Amino acid sequence: MRKIGASNDAPAVAHQRNVAGDSQPDSGTVPLVARVSTTRTETLRRLVYAILSVALVAAMLVGICAGQYPIAPDRVLAVLAGWHGETASAAMDERIVTLLRGPRILLVAICGAGLALAGAAMQGVFRNPLAAPELLGVSSGAAFGGAVAILVGYSGAMLVGGAFTAGLLSLATVGSISNIGGRSDTTSVILTGVIVGAFFSALVSAAQLLADPHNSLPAIVFWLMGSFATTTWYKVALGTAPILLGSSLLWLMRFRMNVLSLGDEDARTLGIPVERDRWLIFLATALIVAATVSVAGIIGWVGIVVPHAARMLVGHDHRHLLPASALLGAAYLCVVDTLARSATSTEIPLGVLTAVIGAPFVAALLRKRQRLEETMS
Amino acid sequence: MIRLERAGVRFGARWILKDLDLVVNEGTCLAVLGPNGRGKTTLIRTILGMQRLQEGRRTAPTLIGYVPQAGNAPPHYRVLDMVVMGRAKELGVFGAPAAADYAAAKAALAAVGLCAIAERSFSVLSGGERQLVLVARALATGATTIVLDEPSSALDLANQSRLLAIIRNLAENPAYTIVFSTHHPQHALHVADDVLLLMEGCVLRGPADLVMTEKNLRELYGVDVRRIPLPGGGDALVPLLERPPTPNGQPLVQGTTVNGFDNAAAPCRRDEGSP
Repeated sequence: MRKIGASNDAPAVAHQRNVAGDSQPDSGTVPLVARVSTTRTETLRRLVYAILSVALVAAMLVGICAGQYPIAPDRVLAVLAGWHGETASAAMDERIVTLLRGPRILLVAICGAGLALAGAAMQGVFRNPLAAPELLGVSSGAAFGGAVAILVGYSGAMLVGGAFTAGLLSLATVGSISNIGGRSDTTSVILTGVIVGAFFSALVSAAQLLADPHNSLPAIVFWLMGSFATTTWYKVALGTAPILLGSSLLWLMRFRMNVLSLGDEDARTLGIPVERDRWLIFLATALIVAATVSVAGIIGWVGIVVPHAARMLVGHDHRHLLPASALLGAAYLCVVDTLARSATSTEIPLGVLTAVIGAPFVAALLRKRQRLEETMS
Repeated sequence: MIRLERAGVRFGARWILKDLDLVVNEGTCLAVLGPNGRGKTTLIRTILGMQRLQEGRRTAPTLIGYVPQAGNAPPHYRVLDMVVMGRAKELGVFGAPAAADYAAAKAALAAVGLCAIAERSFSVLSGGERQLVLVARALATGATTIVLDEPSSALDLANQSRLLAIIRNLAENPAYTIVFSTHHPQHALHVADDVLLLMEGCVLRGPADLVMTEKNLRELYGVDVRRIPLPGGGDALVPLLERPPTPNGQPLVQGTTVNGFDNAAAPCRRDEGSP
């Protein structure tokens, strides 16, 4: 039996609680630029972009200078400016900069930017901070394509092409399985992505089992761990085209991502074709991920870590988050790649380093969120 | 104009809506009332085109401004950016809002009286302000058909009053067609031209003043509702809520009033004959 007036009191109490909860600013997710007066927000945002751009240029420069064979920054700048030295060591520096480290650091920056963009897009579309570009099963598919290519003795363009094609095929598989009656909700896309990813991972293991333990097996294993060690200008050209295409598509859809991040129902009532737009974003993400895996193997965590950090700087709006993520992702991967090349006498696989750095970062972030929720409840 | 013809929606074996004919003409403000589970939300979703019909057909404008319940909205964006998302359909898949879109968003914010908080984060707003921001977003779409799903359900009295005034103000404009669902008969009587009562097994549609009778509301909710003329004009609808039985017949809470009327002085008819 209800008490007198119970039905009248209930909404008022619920509202009070709601207001109390709402009026607490979520300091854990309030971006740097929102903590100051709104008139200065734009200026501060430009400052963030400027700092990130300088950081990227610096990271690329350090990346070219550092390594087992260090080159002085003035020599690097001289080579980049086209001044040819006459000594033997100058010629050596020139060859290292133009043929080895130059293309490598450029590809690293492009892949880092692409992966961070893809991660930011996925987190927006799935409305989940732990969503990663790998979620669609594309990287496992591309890994399988690459492993098979190595297994049958291909390298270079055939390896890149095989991995890229298999990556896009795995997205098509996810699309066809998760699509029921013309609609596919985010949950079924995630589940299908996990299933397809697991399936291709098993096939990668099978390929490793079949591989020659002296030649192709080490090649597959090292390639899977992620590395830019074999970068050439040819690979830069092969990898850059799909990454730029995917990134451009994501950039063009930056406002659509905001709308999609409201949730399917809200977005649909605003009159946008949610399924079509989401699959366009998935396609762009797949182009980036498949191209990255095909030129450098699996490099995880960049797509989770970098957008989080960028969100802390410029907020959730994808019109600001995407450029900030791209700049930060490029700079971050340049630093990690330089560490991988210079920290020890043998090169550490990049995928190992990004995971070693990324996992504790995300764990710390999770704990911070949990603490924040506890103090707010 | 919104038109449903012999519309039927079934969840499993249960028909939520069956043989429903509904026409909402341009310039009409329609309130939908019914107890929980009678199909208010299903009807709203049907009007929006988000609920597939098992039977019948729906005719509605392609662009409808929808105001969901504020609790579902993610809080990460600036108020102005939330409102400008109403322009999404106009902008196309690769478009981003330009100055004209921001002007439309600001005009929509002005219409709900929220210009002052345009630059604030949605996350620091109260429930009432959030609901009004979503109304502004629906207006920013440029749609002249606005559908609101229980817009006042989570609001305090002051915000309810503010929201209803805004809806009434829109309804005065003959270009706007408005449909809203509500749990408050008083809100429907106060704001709507027409009401639709989702009765058990049938619907009752007509001008709010004629349909919102004590008899119809009792049949709708199973609760006695008094319709009392107010001194300044208009009527108040007062639900007579059940009182807990006590051994000596006295109410457990002394002096409790309901909607400003002394509940103890108006004994509930449903209590008659109960132990």
